Amino acid sequence: MPELKICFNLNGREVTVMAPPDMTLLELLREKLDLTGTKKGCEIGECGACTVIINKKAVNSCMVLVPQVEGTEVITVEGLSQNGELDSLQQSFIKNHAIQCGFCTPGMLMSAKALLMNNPNPTKEEIKEAISGNLCRCTGYIQIIKAIASASK
Amino acid sequence: MADSSITRVDVLAKALGKAKYTDDLKFDNMLYLKVVRCPHPHARVIGINKEKALAIEGVVAVLTATDIPGLPCQPKERPILVPEIARYAGDGVALVVAESPKAALEGAEAVRVEYELLEAVFDPEEALKTGAPLVHGDNNVAAQSKVCKGDVEAGFKEADLILEREYNTHRVEHAPIEPEVAIAVPTFEGITVYCPTNSPFQVRQIVAETMAMPQSQIRLFQPTIGGSFGSKCYDAGVLASRAALAAKLTGRPCKIVYTREESIVESTKRHPYKMKYKVGVKKNGKLTAMEVKIIGDSGAYKSKTPFVISRSSIEATGPYVVPNVHTEAICVYTNNVTSCAMRGFGSPQVAYASELLMDELAEKLGIDPLKFRRINGLKDNSLSATGQVMQNVTLDECLDKLEQEIKWSSRKAELKQQDKTGSIVKGLGLACMYRGESFGSAGQGSDYAGATLQVQRDGSITLYSAMSEVGQGGHTMLVRVVSEVLGIKPSRIFVSPVDTCYVPDSGPTVATRGTYVIGNAIRLAAEEVKAKFAEVAAEELGVRPEELVFKDERIYCPGDPSKSISFSRIAAQCYLKSKSPYGYGWWSPPVGSWDREKGQGEAYSSYVYGACAAEVELDLDLGKVEVMKFVAVHDVGKALDKEEVKGQIAGGVSMGIGYALMEDLVVRQGVVKTVNFDEYLLPTSLDIHEIIPVIVEQPSSYGPLGAKGLGEPVMSAVAPAILNAIADALGTRVYDLPANLEAVLDKARAAKGRCCND
Repeated sequence: MPELKICFNLNGREVTVMAPPDMTLLELLREKLDLTGTKKGCEIGECGACTVIINKKAVNSCMVLVPQVEGTEVITVEGLSQNGELDSLQQSFIKNHAIQCGFCTPGMLMSAKALLMNNPNPTKEEIKEAISGNLCRCTGYIQIIKAIASASK
Repeated sequence: MADSSITRVDVLAKALGKAKYTDDLKFDNMLYLKVVRCPHPHARVIGINKEKALAIEGVVAVLTATDIPGLPCQPKERPILVPEIARYAGDGVALVVAESPKAALEGAEAVRVEYELLEAVFDPEEALKTGAPLVHGDNNVAAQSKVCKGDVEAGFKEADLILEREYNTHRVEHAPIEPEVAIAVPTFEGITVYCPTNSPFQVRQIVAETMAMPQSQIRLFQPTIGGSFGSKCYDAGVLASRAALAAKLTGRPCKIVYTREESIVESTKRHPYKMKYKVGVKKNGKLTAMEVKIIGDSGAYKSKTPFVISRSSIEATGPYVVPNVHTEAICVYTNNVTSCAMRGFGSPQVAYASELLMDELAEKLGIDPLKFRRINGLKDNSLSATGQVMQNVTLDECLDKLEQEIKWSSRKAELKQQDKTGSIVKGLGLACMYRGESFGSAGQGSDYAGATLQVQRDGSITLYSAMSEVGQGGHTMLVRVVSEVLGIKPSRIFVSPVDTCYVPDSGPTVATRGTYVIGNAIRLAAEEVKAKFAEVAAEELGVRPEELVFKDERIYCPGDPSKSISFSRIAAQCYLKSKSPYGYGWWSPPVGSWDREKGQGEAYSSYVYGACAAEVELDLDLGKVEVMKFVAVHDVGKALDKEEVKGQIAGGVSMGIGYALMEDLVVRQGVVKTVNFDEYLLPTSLDIHEIIPVIVEQPSSYGPLGAKGLGEPVMSAVAPAILNAIADALGTRVYDLPANLEAVLDKARAAKGRCCND
């Protein structure tokens, strides 16, 4: 399959890549751009480990084909900390013991980030709804919900 | 990017997305593997035609069992590749090695395997009958275990009430969010394998046996692990061996990573059990006798079945005084997917049955269920089912705290007054648990741990052990123990990644043994360093070593402020004076006497206890159960980090909610039907409401700093507490797991006397 030229904004920088049109954004990030923070857990959009932000919306990157990101703004977990400063969500996840094995963490952070971008003061129910597509097998979600609530204050 | 609030050694990298999991690693010239699996539950491989696969561009090789230089497996274990007979629909038959994942997939689809279909058996009871298809050897018995105390017939004669019940628990998936993966890199000396496993030395052994190479030439490196819950033991050994085989034969790095579908089809599960209980009780509530028959489904291979069933038989009565006990447990080979260790390791199944039973007995006798547990609960000097004199029993403390936290009596009374005419009804239920720590005297595997500690010239410390950080905070536990013994800040202590080249064999991180056994090994290593440093410091300060205290990075005499020296100074002195700055610890738990014939003796050297309560809301029209509040009281010995303890408890409760209400690995005629998370449902944030962890601290006699294990125990009492709450809400019982929508709706309709067709 011939490769396409794709231009988009990734973590604040304009990038241009060549990729086959049937490649998912998840594969592009992990295989071509060496951004392995975004994880692969189910490849059918159920586990949320691959969540990234596209134009301020949390999206399962395993369900997005590369041509769909043309001209968009994409943020991955690698783009959360700025100038060596942790994002308030990252700080809050650490402080609130919201990380155990860590495999769901990048996706969970991105769902939380998208929520706070659009709704800086979410209710507990809104937080639960926002991360309902992110499976965590370790924490039982309680400390994650607490971490997001505390970062939004 | 240091953050002073960091309490766990592994989380900063994880929060940044910089922690390297195995699938994140890349090597030059790397090849990719895909497994060709047998789709039939029982079949003989007649022939494998590789031609079409090899013709595909990018396919480098198609490997089969004949390419294995060593053993495809130990007897009755799952082979790396099937030599002749496939015993479940998921057994690996061939391995395609290719330049890209895509070519490997195309190659796997093009391999043609000819099978002779063999008669299969799926039901454990059927498998035990004469003439049943044989999975291994001349009968299908995978393992048996017995516990016999006193005279059950005499006990039943004493009883005022005898109750007989059957409980069925189902097959569930570990489902760590990171699927199985391994990378093998051939080296001049041997093979290096990168693999997320909580049994690094066992996986190394399997690889060495497969490759017919000395274990010392296999180097297993453990990258960050994305959860295990017991799944990354033998399963990891199979992947690691497949990668090693391909790497050795091609001379190139080889990666094998499963899709979720491959993971669910191939990997091991929790054992499904059928449990028949007969119990006798007096009017005053005292248990007189219990007879338990357990039949478990081992699936196609042995794996850890003997150890799981042994624990189940020991713990089958629950944490109660039962004077007469007869438990017979058997696990049977079938052509289903293999069962193995999963969080709780044989405890959750029997905790489920015994706790539902206790509730029903209490109800029949008109005794409050919490009081009924107190009447029969183990206390100090009670005799357990195996005749062990129990010490440091904290069941009563757990029940006290539970009673206070949930306001048991008043809440029960309130719920009794609830209006049950609507579609939502509420119920409150409880369950208790106990669990032996580590492998125990019944011989659930050799039980030891080694650990090494090196103080560097600048006084910072490096720890070496095979403690697997699966997300439970195991590495942080080691740091805390060393920090406490040597008075060094946690930030100055570094935990080496697990690399079998360098770290001592600490056994696997399973069976509630991480803190208990490996924690003790590192404690001993730290104490050795402390003794050595005290000698050096005593000489420097002109005091006796026993006068010295290690605190706040200093070594000093508490009574004399002038006699003080920094820890790092003494570290430098050790190197200057050519004295060893190393400590080494080797620890194994005390082993008591054990009569295997009768299942009597000191089963475990240490036990943990817990008591839980669930409050549920049940929708009578939908059969949907919401666990609105869950109180989990656990004796953790000493909480090394209270917030981490709470995280473990919440995680266990969540997994227990899944076990109780929604998770169900559906297998029909040996074929797994729920192969991804759209069909195999895990609890999400919307399924979790209030979880209240309550910590009891009764220091362990043996655990490091008095700590006890926690990861597995927190799972055991969750499902029975929920099912008891459902029974309280409905006034009728669900006996089999899962209590999913259909099961609950059936009972709800029956209870309401509603028409089944509405």
